[in-house]
Amino acid sequence: MKGNEAFAEAAIRAGADGYFGYPITPQSEVMEYLMAEKPHERTGMVVLQAESEVAAINMVYGGAACGKRVLTSSSSPGISLKQEGISYIAGAELPCLILNVVRGGPGLGTIQPSQSDYFQSTKGGGHGDYRMIVLAPSSVQEMADFAGLGFDLAFKYRNPVMVLSDGAIGQMMEKVELEEQRPRFTEEEIIKNTPWATTGKTKNRERNIITSLNLDSAKQEQHNIDLQKKYKLIQEKETRYELINCEDAEYLIVAYGTSARLSQKAVDLLRNQGIKAGLLRPITLFPFPTKAISELADRVKGILTVEMSAGQMVEDVKLAVGCRVKVEHFGRMGGIIPSPAEVVEAMHKKIIGG
Amino acid sequence: MANITKEEIRKPENLVYKKTDLLTDKALSYCPGCGHGTTHRIVMEVLEEMDIQDKTIGIAPVGCSVLAYDFMNIDMQQAAHGRAPALATAIKRLMPEKFVFTYQGDGDLAAIGTAETIHACNRGENIVIIFINNGIYGMTGGQMAPTTLPGMKSSTSPYGRDTHLMGNPLKMTELVAQLPGTIYVTRQSVHTPSNVRKTKKAIRKAFENQKLNKGVSFVEVVSNCNSGWKMTPVQSNKWMEENMFPFYPLGDIKVNTD
Repeated sequence: MKGNEAFAEAAIRAGADGYFGYPITPQSEVMEYLMAEKPHERTGMVVLQAESEVAAINMVYGGAACGKRVLTSSSSPGISLKQEGISYIAGAELPCLILNVVRGGPGLGTIQPSQSDYFQSTKGGGHGDYRMIVLAPSSVQEMADFAGLGFDLAFKYRNPVMVLSDGAIGQMMEKVELEEQRPRFTEEEIIKNTPWATTGKTKNRERNIITSLNLDSAKQEQHNIDLQKKYKLIQEKETRYELINCEDAEYLIVAYGTSARLSQKAVDLLRNQGIKAGLLRPITLFPFPTKAISELADRVKGILTVEMSAGQMVEDVKLAVGCRVKVEHFGRMGGIIPSPAEVVEAMHKKIIGG
Repeated sequence: MANITKEEIRKPENLVYKKTDLLTDKALSYCPGCGHGTTHRIVMEVLEEMDIQDKTIGIAPVGCSVLAYDFMNIDMQQAAHGRAPALATAIKRLMPEKFVFTYQGDGDLAAIGTAETIHACNRGENIVIIFINNGIYGMTGGQMAPTTLPGMKSSTSPYGRDTHLMGNPLKMTELVAQLPGTIYVTRQSVHTPSNVRKTKKAIRKAFENQKLNKGVSFVEVVSNCNSGWKMTPVQSNKWMEENMFPFYPLGDIKVNTD
């Protein structure tokens, strides 16, 4: 299956109640697949093509506020349009799933893959102090796995979860194992599991209000303090990463998504040259594997980050490492995927010989 | 009648009016004389009379009625500016057995939310849209709205709305009446007891229509904004009759509920 299709199928199987989207390359297969699958017949899932990205994310807000498992998908320019809604969703603490199949920017940019939305995804993007949980798949299998995982984390923390993919992962075809169909929540389960949801005020409870507004600054500050506590808890509990050949590594590459795939090949090439290289692949970008990188910084001689951007994640790696070892960035931009040979060359020039 | 005592008046059997339990006891944040309070009351009375409060979800906009959920004792969501019809679309589609309504002002519905309004109406979402049109941005201090009349003064059209420079007022209600997805489109007001009765009847019909599952019921309430218009409440109602009603005539525009 294509990555985008695997994500769509996995969303149905994860018991999604609603998808709201707007076409944009390179992720249109998500809604195309969903429409073709008639999930309203399979599971009762609602799939709606909205009039804009803005409407789609606000439909997600409305559905999430009812305790439903809802999602949207888009690509970079469309995700920019959704930022207002994402900020409201984070402020109102609503669970939802957002897929970004990143393409090169800025502006209309290119339809080719990129990783230049790292800052937008992990540092806020919209207004106000908030964080999304950001999962970065590096395979079609993870595109599928992160639909279910994303919903689980979203509901566990009442927080938006972004799956930050890219045009390469979204479009590539690989074998994939899918989870069994999960049942959709019943109304009784929603009332029990998400008692805050707007399901209609019955006589036995107070009314439920979903809002991100607090005109009282003291209350709004307290709300922010509570959000920050939640984000800290997420950092403690949900950091995920993969280590490849790091046991004896002297030189470390940090890369996620498509860059991690080609960096893994670069590690093999470096090892063939007798250089003890290893790869740390962040799976969650927020929370970022700061601690794991910090521990490795005590053991390695230098760190190269590989990103399809001008160097965004490298800032978080530098924050983790401090001045202990050299940290450099290598990347290509505008929709170009670097080759493993280029990564090997960059490791030699910027780190080993630099 | 002359000899009736206060105690007798207060007896339950002599009660002629009681505030609906669906309005909270919180004091309304609206300016005295504004039509929002009355409209809130009649929406809540309709829900109570239909006994659907336990399966109704309301959506508050951004604007003066942003805090509608403080006064309406039902489950509510607060939407980003203009996006209430998008929220309502999802809520109704995900929970078709519920009653869903948006409550929006003219800046929210007819400016920033134009796309959401038109597309929800065109898709024929099975929702109620209540549209309070006072021709001005009240909450932010009386700026020009899409509905501000030609020549009408506001804080951003201090010499009057010059339609050559600032464009024309938008008649959203006539516009959505053209769309196949609306089944009931009406324009009412709440400035006299008889108009309140008519508006309540219209809102009741709009909610009854949700049982038909045929599309949007759209109720515009032409309202005053005495603070924004810088008039007394009485003056503003008179001004509304003389200036707003000729441009925004009251009455049913579309009734397609058979």
